[in-house]
Amino acid sequence: MAKPNPHDRKYTKEHEWAKADGGGTVTMGITDHAQELLTDVVYVELPAVGRKVRQQEPIAVVESVKSVSDVYAPVSGEVIEVNRALEASPELVNKDAFGEGWIARIRMDAPDELEGLMTADQYEEHIKASPH
Amino acid sequence: MKKTPLYERHLALGATMTEFGGWTMPVQYTSILEEHRNTRTLAGLFDVCHMGEIEVRGPQALDLLQWVMSRNLADQRVGEMKLSAITNERGGIIDDVTVYKRGEGHYMVVTNAATREGDLEWILRARRERGLEGAAVTDRSDAIGKVDIQGPLAQKILAEIAEGDLETLRFYHALDTRVAGMPALVSRSGYTGEDGFEVYTEADRIGEIWDLLMRIGDPHGLKPAGLGARDTLRLEAGMMLYGNEMCQAVTPFEVVYGWITDLDKEFIGRDALRKQKESGVRKKLVGFEIIGRGIARHGYPVLSGTEKIGEVTSGTLSPTLGKAIGMAFVPVRFTAPGTELEIEIRGQRAKARVVPLPFYRGRK
Repeated sequence: MAKPNPHDRKYTKEHEWAKADGGGTVTMGITDHAQELLTDVVYVELPAVGRKVRQQEPIAVVESVKSVSDVYAPVSGEVIEVNRALEASPELVNKDAFGEGWIARIRMDAPDELEGLMTADQYEEHIKASPH
Repeated sequence: MKKTPLYERHLALGATMTEFGGWTMPVQYTSILEEHRNTRTLAGLFDVCHMGEIEVRGPQALDLLQWVMSRNLADQRVGEMKLSAITNERGGIIDDVTVYKRGEGHYMVVTNAATREGDLEWILRARRERGLEGAAVTDRSDAIGKVDIQGPLAQKILAEIAEGDLETLRFYHALDTRVAGMPALVSRSGYTGEDGFEVYTEADRIGEIWDLLMRIGDPHGLKPAGLGARDTLRLEAGMMLYGNEMCQAVTPFEVVYGWITDLDKEFIGRDALRKQKESGVRKKLVGFEIIGRGIARHGYPVLSGTEKIGEVTSGTLSPTLGKAIGMAFVPVRFTAPGTELEIEIRGQRAKARVVPLPFYRGRK
């Protein structure tokens, strides 16, 4: 069973989470539900620091033994930091998707975008409504 | 979507289910990596009821099989099983199967799940065209259930509920015996590169064998393993998968099935294959490992300079070796072990090296 979705952050339909760090930046990753669907993560392709991304643009790739999945930017902005620990330990995504398994930090271009994402409760509903 | 007799058990075990060859099958119960490692180190139990079983019996059974199979079965002994390809007139692979000789004039052909109906039609057509009515062909797939127990402890666990001497049963040999008191066919074989057994019994009794093995195997560390682990295990062991490495556009000489293709006997596709052998193949299947980072997947292009020279057929991160491995079709001049290749992984080039198959050798 997936871990509960924390209420201190927002969620996308594609199963990313984004948490405001204060000062106009967010930390983002994939949800615990997403890592469960993916099965064992064996490789994470991180975005380049400094890259400008638009909301919903693919910015990272998470590979399990069986599949490859794109990870989309939850907000537009500039990638200011990436989680290098995932290069040596991609399984952090499985172990702690909402914490140590974070993927990137983004400086937001339009903080309104974050407000437009789903709350934990809405995301919960979204998971229940979709077949996967 | 078809369900195996073990479907409810998979759900009760919390398996993630997926579609495979028209069947709903378990991909994983807990984790592909865990199931993979457990099979390599202890034992794994696999539901393979989706595979097809075609019985060929009668005085012309061998004649029919000789005509249909690339392998020469003339010297096959009772109790032996043989891997073979079924090829079309162009030499293309219709399926890769195992053939059990259960008695004189009594064979069982085990097919892949998705190819079972095509194989049956093909064999029936061959029988009609050759006038081999003395071979009775029966599709027994729905009546037969099958589980595979694989791994270093497989023999120890299965021996607790199987009659007969499993210890001396040789690799690729089968025993007509009883398992859990039920008539069963047990062969020492499998699809993981480990020691292990394939167990056949009536479909409506296979659940009892599954349950008993799960219970008796539990203290030994036996765990169910899904299609995910089955795929990574077979790939490490250098075993090809129909639909990935093989299709009707591919011949045995282009994959690693030259050794089960006997051009000295007559069979469908022989003339085409003989011509191909004389002129030489242009492309061939190789094993490769990625140097550096990235995982190559089915369908990714293989490059030389700016030119696409081939395609990846299977690829994964090998749980045992800890590196990315795979198989690909490349032109013959790129097939020598050590040859460097480039594979395009989502727009980026990764270096790869041709390595001999299998990637991993476990079975003693």
